Amino acid sequence: MIYYDNVSKVYADRSVALQDITFTIEPSEFLSVVGHSGAGKTTLLKMLLVEETPTEGSVFFESTDIHSLSKRLVSELRRRIGTVFQDFKLLPHKTAYENIAFAMEVAGRDDTDIAADVPHALELVDLEEKAWSFPDELSGGEKQRLAIARAIVNQPDIILADEPTGNLDPINTFDVVQILKRINDLGTTVLLTTHNKGVIDTLGKRVITMEKGKIVRDDKEGRYIL
Amino acid sequence: MLWINTKRILKAGFVNFWRNGFVSFASVVVMVITLFVIGFVVFVGAILGSSLEQLQDKVDVNVYFLTDAPEEEIIALKGDLETLPEVARVEYVSREQALENFRARHENDELTLQALDELSENPLGATLNIKAKETSQYESIARFLESDNALGLQDQPIIDRVNYFQNKAAIDRLSKIIDAAGTLGLVISLVFAVVSIIIVFSTIRLAIYTAKEEIGVMRLVGASNTYIRGPFVVEGIMYGVIAGVITLIIFYPLTLWLGPVTAGFFGSINLFDYYLANFGQFFLVIVVAGAALGALSSYLAVRRYLRI
Repeated sequence: MIYYDNVSKVYADRSVALQDITFTIEPSEFLSVVGHSGAGKTTLLKMLLVEETPTEGSVFFESTDIHSLSKRLVSELRRRIGTVFQDFKLLPHKTAYENIAFAMEVAGRDDTDIAADVPHALELVDLEEKAWSFPDELSGGEKQRLAIARAIVNQPDIILADEPTGNLDPINTFDVVQILKRINDLGTTVLLTTHNKGVIDTLGKRVITMEKGKIVRDDKEGRYIL
Repeated sequence: MLWINTKRILKAGFVNFWRNGFVSFASVVVMVITLFVIGFVVFVGAILGSSLEQLQDKVDVNVYFLTDAPEEEIIALKGDLETLPEVARVEYVSREQALENFRARHENDELTLQALDELSENPLGATLNIKAKETSQYESIARFLESDNALGLQDQPIIDRVNYFQNKAAIDRLSKIIDAAGTLGLVISLVFAVVSIIIVFSTIRLAIYTAKEEIGVMRLVGASNTYIRGPFVVEGIMYGVIAGVITLIIFYPLTLWLGPVTAGFFGSINLFDYYLANFGQFFLVIVVAGAALGALSSYLAVRRYLRI
């Protein structure tokens, strides 16, 4: 479904972020990428969102080279990808409900769909009570659950979760991982980056280990080894 | 789809305007100042224009005829003058009329009237009062009167004197002063207008700067550039329209208060009457300028963060 073909990223100051990265993500897979800070995990995700362009190599999404897409098609591609970040990236001037509705509006869904799906998504992450709260009024765990609800509401092909538990306490971390797992069980591909050993070890799914921009391990039922 | 998107963009613009209360308030205040300056420029132009017109209206040429000039020749000359393209109108004052005017003017001056009565005949000549269409045309009219065209039937001069040549220096001077004052006034007002427009631009740019992250998030979620920009542009238009209406409201008591002052001082228009008479145009200029300024500023400010 997604194929990184010999991708390298070298910045203008010659620092190497990625080096000869080649791997495939299968549909409905739950793939975790682990590694120290600066190992290149986030750059790897940004490539898929076309926020970064590779210096060499290509990234394919269902046989399309995504870095050759026009601006408009990039927007369309992003609508097929749900994103969850360590810093949540919610819209601060919109309520929880509106944050989710915004993602649906952007995807061109009509008002009846929005009215039907948003409460459902909120329910899925246990936030029905907070529908009319602004992000400021939510706790860290609630914010992250809201971000996940926004990420899944358009039924994306893949969820990118970049250190989603980085700012959360153990209980919230557990919640978030459980939600991601449930989403994956329903058939959505998940690409997770983390440096939380506990998370990886409880998942028992495929793990790619990165070091200094390179893939050093790719284990089918991986554990956190660094 | 287009209609749904337009509706959503409009709604988002209104909601953002309301939720960013303080920023919106500040932007509207800055915009009011700008639109006020623009309105002020219009008023200055109107005052200068109308006082120039009034002054030009006071400029005329008087032709004094000799006392023995035959009336039919004067009437003939009047006819000739009226055919000139430069001449707006010619007024004939007969000898008798001139005497009457003189008596009326000196009705409290016994001595002068007595002296007048001593004379056996009317000492005053007839006059023609000529108004040109443009101030600059007096020169050619005066030249026409100097030429042979103005001679009587027997080629005898009938004109005693033409007062244009006596007033020429003063008239020229006055036109120049008014012209210069007008230009200076407009230049200063335009500079003010430009400066305040730049301030509006930077205010809105700052307001949108705070939304930089938000714009980034919207792009990540896959929003198109139009969809991201739309609500900001709507907000900008709202700043402009609200500021425009406030400005128009402020002008009402202001001109009411200034009206008599300007009417007395410039001897021309009452600003308040002018404002009411031209309210439609003011409304268009101020509100449309405000909306356009707001929309353009927002458009340009957001564009910066969409380029990446």
